[in-house]
Amino acid sequence: MSVIGESVPRVDAYDKAAGRTKYVDDLCDPHALVAKVLHANVAHAYVKSIDTSKAKALPGVVGVYTCFDVPEQPFPTAGHPWSTEVEHQDVCDRHLLTRHVRYYGDDVAAVVAEDEVTAKRALKLIQVEYDVLPFVLDVQEAMKDGAPLLHKKYPHNILAHTTNYHGDVESAIKEPGLIRVEGWYDTPTVQHCHIENASCFAYMENGRITVCASTQIPHIVRRIVAQALGIDWGMVRIIKPYIGGGFGDKQDALYEPLCAWLSMQVGGRCVRLACTREETFENCRVRHAIRYHLISWVKPDGTLVARKAECFSNQGAYTSHGHGVNAKGMNSIPQLYPCPNVACDSYTVYTNRQPGGAMRGYGMPQVIFALESHTEDIARKLGLDSLAYRRKTLMPVGFVDGFSKNELYSDTFNEVLTVGEKAMDYENKHRLYENQTGRYRKGVGCAVFWYNTAVWPIALETSGCRMVLNQDGSPQVQVGETEIGQGADTAIAQMTADAVGVPLSKVHVISCQDTDVTPYGTGAYASRQTYVVGMAIRGCAEEFKRKILESAFEYTRMQPYLMDIRDGNIVRTTDNRVLMSLGEFALTRLYDREHNEHLTAEKSTQIKTNAYSFGCCFAQVEVDTKLCRVKVEKIVNVHDAGKIINPALARAQVQGGMSMGIGYALSECMLYDQKTGRLLNGNLLDYKLSTVMDHPHLEVHFVENPEPTSAFGTKSLGEPPVIPVAPAIRNAILNATGVALNALPMRPHQLYPAFKDAGLIEELPDENKEAQHV
Amino acid sequence: MYDIEHLYEAKTVEEAVSLRLAYPDAVILAGGSDVLIKIRSGKLAGCDVISIYGIDALRGIHMEEDGTIVIGSLTSFSHITQDPIIEKNLRVLGEAVDKVGGPQIRAIGTIGGNTCNGVTSADSASTLLSYDAVVELTGPEGKRLLPLADFYLGPGKTDVREGEIQTSLRIPKESYEGHEGYYIKFGMRSAMEIATIGCSVNVALNDEKTALTDLRIAYGVAGPVPMRAKKTEEAFRTAELTCDTVKAIGESVLSDVHPRDSWRAPKNLREHLCRQMAEDALVMAVKRSGGVISGMPESDVPAKDFLDITMFPEAGLDPKEVAR
Repeated sequence: MSVIGESVPRVDAYDKAAGRTKYVDDLCDPHALVAKVLHANVAHAYVKSIDTSKAKALPGVVGVYTCFDVPEQPFPTAGHPWSTEVEHQDVCDRHLLTRHVRYYGDDVAAVVAEDEVTAKRALKLIQVEYDVLPFVLDVQEAMKDGAPLLHKKYPHNILAHTTNYHGDVESAIKEPGLIRVEGWYDTPTVQHCHIENASCFAYMENGRITVCASTQIPHIVRRIVAQALGIDWGMVRIIKPYIGGGFGDKQDALYEPLCAWLSMQVGGRCVRLACTREETFENCRVRHAIRYHLISWVKPDGTLVARKAECFSNQGAYTSHGHGVNAKGMNSIPQLYPCPNVACDSYTVYTNRQPGGAMRGYGMPQVIFALESHTEDIARKLGLDSLAYRRKTLMPVGFVDGFSKNELYSDTFNEVLTVGEKAMDYENKHRLYENQTGRYRKGVGCAVFWYNTAVWPIALETSGCRMVLNQDGSPQVQVGETEIGQGADTAIAQMTADAVGVPLSKVHVISCQDTDVTPYGTGAYASRQTYVVGMAIRGCAEEFKRKILESAFEYTRMQPYLMDIRDGNIVRTTDNRVLMSLGEFALTRLYDREHNEHLTAEKSTQIKTNAYSFGCCFAQVEVDTKLCRVKVEKIVNVHDAGKIINPALARAQVQGGMSMGIGYALSECMLYDQKTGRLLNGNLLDYKLSTVMDHPHLEVHFVENPEPTSAFGTKSLGEPPVIPVAPAIRNAILNATGVALNALPMRPHQLYPAFKDAGLIEELPDENKEAQHV
Repeated sequence: MYDIEHLYEAKTVEEAVSLRLAYPDAVILAGGSDVLIKIRSGKLAGCDVISIYGIDALRGIHMEEDGTIVIGSLTSFSHITQDPIIEKNLRVLGEAVDKVGGPQIRAIGTIGGNTCNGVTSADSASTLLSYDAVVELTGPEGKRLLPLADFYLGPGKTDVREGEIQTSLRIPKESYEGHEGYYIKFGMRSAMEIATIGCSVNVALNDEKTALTDLRIAYGVAGPVPMRAKKTEEAFRTAELTCDTVKAIGESVLSDVHPRDSWRAPKNLREHLCRQMAEDALVMAVKRSGGVISGMPESDVPAKDFLDITMFPEAGLDPKEVAR
């Protein structure tokens, strides 16, 4: 019986529960030197000079290095597959330590010391002299003439401006009787808040540099470390052990290049560079804040005639993943709600804030908040049922995207909406909750999302797999795709068991990636892994089985095409007779004095497809209009992620995303001091990550329409769950109170003035007085 | 790794006093949930520390013959919440300190540390203040008592003098007898939170339960240190229990409080919260006392699950889901 679709326990569950699993910090030599980075306390400046003499004189300090010591060549950090076409390569704008400070907290110097306390004390002794420059934090301000310029090559700080135009908006909107709906929608900067901070250690061995890192993308980090250090790629070895979450933050080279370089400066001794939580907030990556301006022209029956979208993404100081995040969001607009006349513009703009990188959903939580809020507003304005309106205007079955060739094969949208509507009793509640009075008001809302799977054709898609037959007939499987807490190893084990034909207990997944020995795969991002590694495993297993069955001929006398491997046995397919166990075969073959053979297979698989993945969220809230609090009472996510390999793990994956979505909706945002550019709330007390106490039960349903292009029928599920949550909650608050909130997070700071404007809260006496004076 | 220059550990109050005299600049560490964070963040890096954590004599709660409740300064929040004397006589204090941080912090954090660090957001402070708690300090000359209100000198500053440590907090019988209270902590999430505004109200009612005979309103974060709404208390101490009274009290507290504009929350939101939370805590305290606010429709009565920072006590995994 196949284990595909079974909720088997995670292969790493027992060790993780028992605390035996080793992470980067557990593996580091306790005698390693400690590196600490000196972060700039200005938002924009040139470093004039750095005096390190006092720091160097402190006993226990091994070395102090500054932006004047590091290699000259700039390097990129984004966790994208390398492109051999220069114009598609990531922007090289980072140095290990920088002379041009571009955000408050930028890295200007580093200390290597015998211990952490000494390293921290040495940081305080470094004296930096800056030529301070004006800075800019807001995208619209950064695009203005005369704004402080971050990178000389990019006038008006615009890293990229791309468009998606078709039809003719200007002519189309002349049609009489059209209704125009316009809105501005704002999304905040948020952080991933993975449990394990960014951490690495590096040492030299036989002239090569090894970095053990908490990363999602070991093979890509290898390339970036080599680029940053200006050495041959083969001189770098990256080891990725178990990691405590990444959510895209670790789909970037973070401090691995600097750590490697520092080790090389101290004779190859092991150097540990572990970010504090504050550094993870301030110096790693964030989700881009993107501001949207949407205008739609619709007929009274809701038919979409024309649509304009402007998307302004705050890139922060460095390119990292750059414009790809914004462009992905923009390009989804005309796919999710096809429209004959579309004019979309997206701008990605540098500002003096920390760089935006990849984060779960890669631009989609932002654009879907805007688009699904806007869609609700359109339906409301037209007096249409918003669910029926969505069913009418969403991407139809059979839709094919010209660029990706993605196709909507099944009636997914109607199916997920039906499941969600029923689970929430949405239609009844939505009517019931209109026009409430009183302090406490309930509401329901819904939102759909668009996503794809993997990165083809934007970038290369490839996945490698190696299988080795042990003496007991158990296969070892090794892939380049990484377990980052999401359960990849378990899915890999299940797919391997199915593809090879052995019991799950026989499959040994090598979890750790080591670029010296792990087949090439690009890692955990783009919700790609189950899809692409499934193809790699299937392809490799075919080869592995072919080799086994060809060799088995010697012992069974049966033609390979008359045999198969089932449940750990070699069977004759014509009569299903068990000929020998795989264990018996493996032992016999390995120690065969005439024809010994160590049976292995290895295959690198290129993938040239992609797949649509859709779903929806239904949320029910109760709002305390006096205390400006929103309680999520019930929330339901419905996903069509194709065939589900492990329902329990998939459900957990969705619940994690819903939790992240609730925080995005109601409480999370990074706040910057307008006077200095400093991040104000870069810690887990002041950054309001939502807790389990803020959640109701997180209800999850799947609609399983197997994806035709996928080896196991799967498509993306890792990122999608976070995407539709915030607009569903926003639409529920609208249903409850009649107040349309167009900025996230919908925290009391925003609810209070909005409820006051709506007459739900009395003005303060002072405010009345002030108003009278004016 | 914490940057501590010297660590001195006291096992008795006498040892603590002599260490305080010997090392006047050393930081006193009780539970450590504030001091260790400040050392880690660099604010107190390289400091000397006198740990009083080991003075077990300062742990526990007892009642003196005259009914005074004495809480040893090292008593942890979770201890206070579960203590039978507190549950019976001063449950609002047990509830207030149960809203501090998370379970780990409540197990390590002490009420002495919470008051000595002088922060306005301390969850214990507004309730202690509303019950006219008295601070006991022990120094080279012996014990010194002073009202908690006078103990606060300014933000982060309390009246702990040379050679002294705080040894207990005392609640006189007349403060709690016949009173019922309610504490509301307003935060941006339902756990692991610091108060945006904290409001503790307690009342005593007449025999008919139609009017107040005593009213105390205390706030955290409504000013630089925990504070009482004295003008409002004076004006409404014996007011009739009507909807108009509740509303008037809400308006009146605005003349008592003076919250700050900060990036954590704007002044006008905090003022509004002071107003609304006074009304809500009052209604809840009256309800606990068996009183009814005349003319208040049921739909306007505050819903307890919205007032409590812990919105979803039943949250977590659905047992059905786990079983599957």
